[in-house]
Amino acid sequence: MIRIQARTEPSSLMKVASPLLAIALTLIFGSILFSAIGKSPSQALHVLLIAPLADSYNIGEMFVKMGPLLLCAVGLSLCYRANMWNIGAEGQLLAGALGGSAIALYFVDSESAFALPITLLAGIASGMIWAAVPTFLKLRFNSNLILTTIMFNYIALYLLIWAVHGPLRDPQGFGFPESAMFADSTLLPTLFESSRIHLGIVFAIISAFIAWFILSKSHLGFQVRVFGADEPAARYAGFSSKKLSWFVMLFAGALAGLAGVSETTGPIGQLVPNVSPGYGYSAIIVAYLGRLHPLGAIIAAMFMAVLYMGGDLAQIEMGIPVAVVSMFQGVLLFFLLACDFFINNRLAFSNQATN
Amino acid sequence: MDSDLIVQILFAAVKTGTPLLFIALGEVICEKSGVLNLGQEGMMLMGAVVGFLAAYGTGSAGLGVLSAMLMGCVMSLIFAVLVLHLGANQVATGLALTIFGTGLSAFIGSGVVGQTIQGFQPIAVPLLSDIPYLGKILFSHDILVYASFTMTFVLMFVVNKTRIGLTLKAVGENPHAANAIGIKVLRVRYLAVMFGGVMAGISGAYMSLVYTPMWVENMTAGRGWIALALVVFASWRVGRIMLGAYLFGLASIMHLVLQGLGWSISPNLLAMLPYVATVVVMVIISADKFKEKLLAPRSLGKPFDPRQMA
Repeated sequence: MIRIQARTEPSSLMKVASPLLAIALTLIFGSILFSAIGKSPSQALHVLLIAPLADSYNIGEMFVKMGPLLLCAVGLSLCYRANMWNIGAEGQLLAGALGGSAIALYFVDSESAFALPITLLAGIASGMIWAAVPTFLKLRFNSNLILTTIMFNYIALYLLIWAVHGPLRDPQGFGFPESAMFADSTLLPTLFESSRIHLGIVFAIISAFIAWFILSKSHLGFQVRVFGADEPAARYAGFSSKKLSWFVMLFAGALAGLAGVSETTGPIGQLVPNVSPGYGYSAIIVAYLGRLHPLGAIIAAMFMAVLYMGGDLAQIEMGIPVAVVSMFQGVLLFFLLACDFFINNRLAFSNQATN
Repeated sequence: MDSDLIVQILFAAVKTGTPLLFIALGEVICEKSGVLNLGQEGMMLMGAVVGFLAAYGTGSAGLGVLSAMLMGCVMSLIFAVLVLHLGANQVATGLALTIFGTGLSAFIGSGVVGQTIQGFQPIAVPLLSDIPYLGKILFSHDILVYASFTMTFVLMFVVNKTRIGLTLKAVGENPHAANAIGIKVLRVRYLAVMFGGVMAGISGAYMSLVYTPMWVENMTAGRGWIALALVVFASWRVGRIMLGAYLFGLASIMHLVLQGLGWSISPNLLAMLPYVATVVVMVIISADKFKEKLLAPRSLGKPFDPRQMA
């Protein structure tokens, strides 16, 4: 007989093993799916996992995709730790891209050394504003944060589409809904020759370490952790939930805004309607996969970036729709949540029937 | 504005509100049992694509709707197993369902993007459609609109007047007490979640078979999320869902109204309106903290483990 038994203490081994198990199960699911639609599963797995890391150009592209995912996921990890269900990283990213671009276009004829820093700050500020409004509405009017942040994702998207069709449209752009190309003074420098890797990945990794430092070494981080683990205890200790909410939300908004402006001033070089292939949503999965730990998010973001690369390659080489990426992301989160069951429960093997 | 235009606008508001009505009716039943399913958008998209594929393949819109209902039910079962049996976090699981549904629907629908089909045709209800104004607004729609009317009234009756409704509310308010008097809490929640899935499926089918009879990636454009806000707007009361759905429908077609008044605003800014309206409504409704606490099912979002007694 196999039966399920509650563990007396959560298993710390399963906490680490669960994401790895979930990734393995997702890959098995992927192989089955690919064979079901008549593609070779081994070729598919090769395209999804090996090919993205096969040469230096592709590895570079992986880091380009990893940057925005990590920036968003680090902020979300802190939010979720504090029980703030911010689903708005996508909107905050788009707001950052939009706000930053408005400033970058102001500097389009400038060679000022301040152009890039001001542009980046504008992106960060825009992301923070986009996070601040739902936070204010939650704290002041008790409105549901999940729903307001999601609505703000859509509002940001339509605002961005409006801007590239209207005020920010390139007058010389032959009617395409795109902004003018940014001046070199507002472009993020690339790190290596013959690769698109830019400063964004450096920002992301630094932000993960800053968040880790705040979370594990500072009093503020201590409060966030207590809130996540035991809310009544945190209230009893007199920690201000308002202050913590503002802190995690503004931090997350700033990072997502930086992610957005880093995309437009980095690999894209202008404002386009499809700035993000859903990075803000994928970052939710990255945050969970990284166990809501800023450093865990680094590894999880790397995996997710490989999956994005693999999706692109699968479309080019095997004619598989790029939508498989978000499908795999959903499956990955399903498996992760299912595996997490065994953190608090275990299978017991016994000869006795259950009573 | 002349009366013809007003009738046209209200007719369109009912039509635009119908998918919201279906999906929000499903979600309110689900939430009344204490389960918050944020996977609505994903289930709706799957309903839309499967409904379209089935109708495209068989030529029958009716089979399309049936397939969409089945698909919605299957999707909701994935959610139910994770949340009800494995005690997974409802917020995270719902999000996973939406991300999964968004991807899978785009994946399986990639071959039929831009194809069109013959959806449901309007049927004027005899006698009722002859009522001045009201007949045109309410009784000259397609069969699914009439199904949504019927569904609203049936659910109002079932929830408020029957033992089934009492059981559902008991499970949502206090699952431990319900369990103690012999109600199978998990079974009730399974059924409520599955009902939500079926309704999300129909709602998706309405989008791809009637509203814009074709399949386009992400064509539900956040309606699944708006439905969640609608439930709050209706303060978990079935009757108010209908009113809310049509008001949101009206907000979505505001451009018609504004054009009628002779305004011209960028269509991209107008596209924001339903989402802005949702935020404004959420704020107004939730501002009264006491009221919301009083109205929301008390165990909403909390897992129930029959092995642990509180």
